[in-house]
Amino acid sequence: MDGLSSILKIVLQRLGLGLVTLFVVSIVIFVAVNLLPGDFAEAILGQGATPESVAKIREDLGLDQPMITRYFSWLKGMLTLDLGTSFAQLNFANFGGAGTTTIAEQIAPRLSNTMFLAAVTACIAVPLAVTLGILAALYRNTAFDKAANMFTLSSISSPEFFMAYVLILFLAVLNPIFPSLSNIFEGMAFSERLEKSMLPALTLTLVVTAHMMRMTRAAIINLLASPYIEMARLKGLSPMRVIVKHALPNALAPIINVIALNLAYLITGVVVVEVVFVYPGIGQLFVDSVKIRDIPVVQACCLIFAAAYILLNLTADILSILSNPRLRHPK
Amino acid sequence: MSNLLTIRGLKIEGRSDETWNPIINGVDLNLKKGEVLGLIGESGAGKSTIGLAAMGYTRDGVRISDGTVEFDGIDLVRASAAVKRGLLGKRIAYVAQSAAASFNPAHKIIDQHTEAPVQHGVDNRASSIEDGIELYRKLRLPNPDEIGFRYPHQVSGGQLQRAMTAMAMSCRPDLIIFDEPTTALDVTTQIEVLASIREIVEEFDTAAIYITHDLAVVAQMADTIKVLLRGDEVEEADTRTMLSAPKEDYTKSLWAVRAFERPAKPAVSTGAVPVVSVRNVTAAYGTTDVLHDVSFDIHAGRTVAVVGESGSGKSTTARCITGLLPPRIGEIAFDGEVLPADYRKRSKDQLRQAQMIYQMADTALNPRKTIGQIIGRPVQFYGGLTGSARRARVDELLEQIELEPSQYFNRLPSELSGGQKQRVGIARALAAEPKFIICDEVTSALDQLVAEGILRLLGDLQDKLGLSYMFITHDLATVKAIADEVVVMKDGKVIEQGPKLDMFTPPHHAYTDLLLSSVPEMDPDWLTNLLQERGVDNIGDAAVDKM
Repeated sequence: MDGLSSILKIVLQRLGLGLVTLFVVSIVIFVAVNLLPGDFAEAILGQGATPESVAKIREDLGLDQPMITRYFSWLKGMLTLDLGTSFAQLNFANFGGAGTTTIAEQIAPRLSNTMFLAAVTACIAVPLAVTLGILAALYRNTAFDKAANMFTLSSISSPEFFMAYVLILFLAVLNPIFPSLSNIFEGMAFSERLEKSMLPALTLTLVVTAHMMRMTRAAIINLLASPYIEMARLKGLSPMRVIVKHALPNALAPIINVIALNLAYLITGVVVVEVVFVYPGIGQLFVDSVKIRDIPVVQACCLIFAAAYILLNLTADILSILSNPRLRHPK
Repeated sequence: MSNLLTIRGLKIEGRSDETWNPIINGVDLNLKKGEVLGLIGESGAGKSTIGLAAMGYTRDGVRISDGTVEFDGIDLVRASAAVKRGLLGKRIAYVAQSAAASFNPAHKIIDQHTEAPVQHGVDNRASSIEDGIELYRKLRLPNPDEIGFRYPHQVSGGQLQRAMTAMAMSCRPDLIIFDEPTTALDVTTQIEVLASIREIVEEFDTAAIYITHDLAVVAQMADTIKVLLRGDEVEEADTRTMLSAPKEDYTKSLWAVRAFERPAKPAVSTGAVPVVSVRNVTAAYGTTDVLHDVSFDIHAGRTVAVVGESGSGKSTTARCITGLLPPRIGEIAFDGEVLPADYRKRSKDQLRQAQMIYQMADTALNPRKTIGQIIGRPVQFYGGLTGSARRARVDELLEQIELEPSQYFNRLPSELSGGQKQRVGIARALAAEPKFIICDEVTSALDQLVAEGILRLLGDLQDKLGLSYMFITHDLATVKAIADEVVVMKDGKVIEQGPKLDMFTPPHHAYTDLLLSSVPEMDPDWLTNLLQERGVDNIGDAAVDKM
């Protein structure tokens, strides 16, 4: 079998596995969300809830159906990319509100904002982490190595909101370089958008850099005892070349995996940072929907998070495979 | 002529448990331009350490504590890292033991070849590639125009070893350190590599330090031989003197090893039921057949040596016998009774009868268990002995392998030498009281003197306990020493089998002949004569003709 077709086979296998995982996750999400205490009808009616009005709303929203029926109608919607309509919107319509927006319309701008923030952060954090990791491996056990480790470890160990406020203090209040509120909206110029996203992006950079940097350093140092690294040194190559040209290409697989894990975190775990900077991302929407038990929105968000995780890990797997010359060029 | 390399009073220390212990205790060495010095000794003699120190390099946890290493007037011990980098790869090059591990798996061979010349500013990439192809041609690599553009894993071990020699030559260095370059290769491949190395070193008048534990190999390669023992020089002399008239007892003992040979046993009486019978076995990994119709018998109290190069199916045959790999066709019989193909279906008694001893005693013993526990486990499992009866049996076994029970019972494997570990491996096999033991390359990781001790022990045990052995090896000297019968394998087939005497007396099967004639002999002219016999002319000349 030649290299390309065997790689294609592996990729298709992983893709299939990813879809199965997503299906299982959809069941878990559905069950878990339905196990949340309280329900939308009670939450929205508050003090004025009478058994009759609660029952009416439940019937309108289909909440009186058995769980299996509801799951399959939800799954069917998902498969046809119809994320449904949020309870809040439906209810609003029932009480004579104007036209409703679907969940897809609700989520799309939020998701794209979150992706934008993740992309900006990744553009800063990934090169920074890999470079720091390489330098730390090159100057291992020196003051630089220790300082880099200490700095990144302290930033990962502090709560995100604390790092956010520290950055606001230094970069917005004491030295007004970036705005402290990231109230971005549609139709904003790219440069302005970038400027407003800078503080949350920097906060997230501080959060994710340590992990990636330490893995880069460890993966490289792990290889330094290999005979081919000794050979590279005995060819009289500079220490930098030994690491970048001879160790790094063989250390890519674990590094790529950790990068993927952290990118997934940038999409799914940014609620706190979004709240602090009032950034209109998907995390905020998610938390708001949980608060009012708006189940369809919660489920849609969860599924998007799960898909992001699976997709990024799948990409990492494929890139790791491609980084291995034995698979790219079989005998 | 002045020396190219002069080492004076070299002392090297290695760190273990926070203290520095001596590895090399003051060695001197002189090497003139174009001269080849053979460094020989057993493991732990410090050969590789000296070889690397000659490049001003030490591995992690090792340091040069005293002495000078002067290369062309530059003291490498005191030179700055930048000065050393300027010499390494350019004027001093290195050829490592395992080419497969020493080529970077991520880059094409030619890219690694051109790296030193380009980085040192000796040559540009394009012309270095051309030169590489020319060197591949000289070293008689197949497809010299294309082989460099493959990745290391796409090329065989012997070819990689030659590609690495070419890489060392890329800057036309004054000195090359060869660190056991053929140890990992089969004998037939070794010859080609030895011949290539010798010719190219002669052609470019390169000085070399050739490190090996194989006396016959060093006899072919070196002008001068230096014998080392635990970090000290034993003696040094030119190759012919050293071979014909070694002065020191230690050197003589090294030379004498090859004389060991067990007396031949009388022929097996006709009609005797063999202990183990391999009958028409064909076996496959996945869908590929790796054994084809393999048949041979092993009789009581006999040693059958299974000989062949790597990939010939020796170990696969052993896996079929032990039931780890059920054969696709054919059967295994024990004392005339056919065994279930899968070990999981065999009875405890059937399992007990056949035991194994492994090549790497290091990895075959659980590092967390004491010797007493390692041997006691099968004693209890198969013999059902517990408490003091178990202890008594373990002591008895330790005595059989000539290790003092009171001293070794509570030790961990890490506190034993390589030979002692292999003895524990033997005791563990004996603990099951088997009739038959498979010895899988049990001596190939050991120094010759130690290996001889193990072979003697196995022989004595056979006489005492009437054991039958299947002895898997690629080393024909071992076969000569202990086998009663020989099975020669190649590409999963039995090429030839019969009593040892017949096997070592002509006429042979062509492949057996190739194997036998490829085993290096102590005669310094052996390689030259052999190459002439095989009609391979001086490789250097052949290459020059093509230029």
